[in-house]
Amino acid sequence: MNDAFVLLLAAFTGYEIISRVPALLHTPLMSGTNFIHGIILVGSLLVFFTARDPTAQILAWIGIVLASANVVGGFVTTERMLALFRSGRQGETHDD
Amino acid sequence: MMIEGALVADLIACALLIGGVKAMSHPRLARRGIFIAGVGMLIAIVGNAVFGPAVTGVRAALALLAIGLGGGFAWYESRRVAMTAMPQMVALFNGLGGGAAALIVVTRLFEPGRPAGLILVFGLLALVIGGLSFGGSGVALVKLAGRWSKPLRFRFQNGVHAILVLVILGLGTGLILHAGNRSGLVVFVAALSVLLGVGAAAPIGGADMPVVISLYNALTGIAVGVDGLMLGNPALIVAGTVVGASGILLTRLMARAMNRSLGQVLFAHFGEVAGADGSGSRTFKEMDLPDAAVTLAYARRIRVVPGYGLATAQAQHKLAELTELLRQRNVEVRFAIHPVAGRMPGHMNVLLAEAGIPYDLVQDLEEANPEFPQIDVALVIGANDVVNPGARVNPASPLYGMPVLDVDRARRTLVIKRGRGTGFAGIDNPLFSAESTYLLYGDAKTVLGHLVSAVKSL
Repeated sequence: MNDAFVLLLAAFTGYEIISRVPALLHTPLMSGTNFIHGIILVGSLLVFFTARDPTAQILAWIGIVLASANVVGGFVTTERMLALFRSGRQGETHDD
Repeated sequence: MMIEGALVADLIACALLIGGVKAMSHPRLARRGIFIAGVGMLIAIVGNAVFGPAVTGVRAALALLAIGLGGGFAWYESRRVAMTAMPQMVALFNGLGGGAAALIVVTRLFEPGRPAGLILVFGLLALVIGGLSFGGSGVALVKLAGRWSKPLRFRFQNGVHAILVLVILGLGTGLILHAGNRSGLVVFVAALSVLLGVGAAAPIGGADMPVVISLYNALTGIAVGVDGLMLGNPALIVAGTVVGASGILLTRLMARAMNRSLGQVLFAHFGEVAGADGSGSRTFKEMDLPDAAVTLAYARRIRVVPGYGLATAQAQHKLAELTELLRQRNVEVRFAIHPVAGRMPGHMNVLLAEAGIPYDLVQDLEEANPEFPQIDVALVIGANDVVNPGARVNPASPLYGMPVLDVDRARRTLVIKRGRGTGFAGIDNPLFSAESTYLLYGDAKTVLGHLVSAVKSL
């Protein structure tokens, strides 16, 4: 039941932290949150480590493959997009 | 089963993941944000693996192999893909995440000591939502890649979907009420969920795809969060729910930018109401390239409005070159970006950034619109629906009420247009026949290339 409170607070947090995001960042942010739900890899690993039934083991293993693709792909695409943004103002151009 | 070390790792990871998302919503901190989140993710994965259940060497090696396969594939795909194809990548990785979320539940239900009661309810929720997201993202991927252009529609479509939902609900209730090994039934429910995801996305037209991907992204988040409830893992609960909530907000922001509600996107399909209103009798004025070059070079203030046509023609770099030339001539050039320009909101900003155009030259709709009456030339490149003045004045237009860029209020409007057809959504655009509008027909990259050399030779 405690978990339900955690979920409730997390829901409000998620809503609040992006409520003032400029349209400029909508795509990278969508991609960034796409990376964040790659946390499912943690779940896939835990389930695979504890699985005893052979079918369950195979399914959990496939789950790890999918979840890893989510994590790595989500990170790389987001990073690639964000690396492109630079400011034209002097002294603010980042190192790249 | 949860060991203290893993909890500490989860706590640190959650702080970093939330902090990362927060930073990603600010242009200057955004890049730092993804790295902060990356570190958080690494801590969560390593922490749970190290402090989690003890495993044999073989199983650990198999897990590493799986990570190498999935991660390697994603690394290869996402490094080489063009920026224009980014929406497909988001759909792909989102779908895989949803699939993983659903698989966890299937796995659990195969095991002895399978979940029951409330835990099983969470599990089935995650299964259905994850399956939906998997199926729907798959359709979005294919549609965005342009391999499925005609929306699939038939009579009683929503009715068929409603029946699917009822069957899934019925089977789910059955699973909850009757404990015991029902693994076959679980697989069937998973398959139906994927089918529902495919069915729900099939009739949705291309113009609405951005909203749909964003929605499926939020759904995967929710599936992950509910998985966390089933497994009792706080990192999954927090990270998944944060994505679910922020994703729903983002989806609503996008839908609002298109003046459509989520319900309209999902159930009342675009294009059905789009009536042609006598575009045949319109006259269009063309301008030749030398004239256009002079018009641009001797303007004081120019606003460029790029649309997806710019991206499909891969013309961003030519545009950057033209911008540089004009700025050297002391022409004020700014870019006015509609919130839904490109294939995803904000996608156009990414494409301009890739071409090396600084983001402080870019204006959003609210900044750009008040300035158009003082603008000498509005240069529209491959954009159509987002500059349609019919959205402002014609209540019969399907776009009516959608905020558009008021390029028709500039002193002169040049439109680079590939062909004589209507836009992505197939809606007539009175801008093209307006008094102050001149058309430049051709592929955006070719036309911009000619303009660059014409301006150079002035």
